[in-house]
Amino acid sequence: MTANTIKITGHDGAEIEAYLATPGGEDRRGGVVVIHHMPGYDRATKEIARRFAELGYNAIVPNLYWREAPGAASDDAAATVRARGGVPDARLIGDVDGARTYLRGLATSNGKVGVIGYCSGGRQSVLVACNIDLEAAIDCYGAFVTGTPPEGFPLQVTNLVSQLPNLRAPLLGLFGLEDKFPGPEQVAELEQILTDNNKQFEFHSYEGAGHAFFSVDRPSYNVAAANDGWERIEAFYAEHLGA
Amino acid sequence: MCTYATVHEHVEGSAKGSNGTWLRVSEATVYFDHPVHAMADHTLNIDLADPGGGPAARIAIELTADSACRLACAIQAALAAAPAGLTAAPAGPTVGPGY
Repeated sequence: MTANTIKITGHDGAEIEAYLATPGGEDRRGGVVVIHHMPGYDRATKEIARRFAELGYNAIVPNLYWREAPGAASDDAAATVRARGGVPDARLIGDVDGARTYLRGLATSNGKVGVIGYCSGGRQSVLVACNIDLEAAIDCYGAFVTGTPPEGFPLQVTNLVSQLPNLRAPLLGLFGLEDKFPGPEQVAELEQILTDNNKQFEFHSYEGAGHAFFSVDRPSYNVAAANDGWERIEAFYAEHLGA
Repeated sequence: MCTYATVHEHVEGSAKGSNGTWLRVSEATVYFDHPVHAMADHTLNIDLADPGGGPAARIAIELTADSACRLACAIQAALAAAPAGLTAAPAGPTVGPGY
């Protein structure tokens, strides 16, 4: 396995940093774009990329905060971007598109690329899959894919309900039943919309798990949910990203 | 969940940075969301920053909701205990734009 920090072409042709993890060998394999969560392009997210490489995929994490904070520590970059209003959806789509293009251009690529995101990245994973061509998408407990923000909630992002009919890839959704955003009712709403639009999807909701149950460095980590979730991810990507 | 909500406030003062030097801070960003370091799912986070000094020119605080409320009360109490005329009337915060 090799892991490097590289530069890729992101939204509007801008050069941004990315973390690339690839297995050894010359065999062709699928690619995975990992969308980092709101706390940033951090060590935990890079560990996820290396896990995908260990599973046999070329994996890349675009640094969504590079423009505002090149070279900064991940937490400082996240704070800077947050103070400046966050990452616009269009830019996010463009950066993931650039990461997808990079993966497809690798000599070891089989041409198939999936996306996965956690927390805010879960919403962004669905957003991307509604706007660019991918072979598979995974939403790990992304809030506000569906649902209406509580009254008085100063939310600046919108839900994706109007975009869901444009979903272009099979979707795997992994959720915690104890999570409130997205709560079971929001997951059910998403399930209904996807069913009504004849979309291919597979959802799993875990008892006893709340938000961020994959996060090994946080109190929310739930080993049973995370282990089963990883098995679902492996099976889903093997089906859709395999040679 | 990521709450996305962010409250901005202009401040005037100084804060001591991680490398031991003092920063002249002018921006406060306050949000209740996932912490980076604190052992809680969500915390009240405060970034006091000197925007001209780059992303690392900030002081970061992550407090549990209860701790943050008690700190806010302590700040109010300290200000109230000061002799009349030494403290200025606070301006209201602004919410957004962004997350």
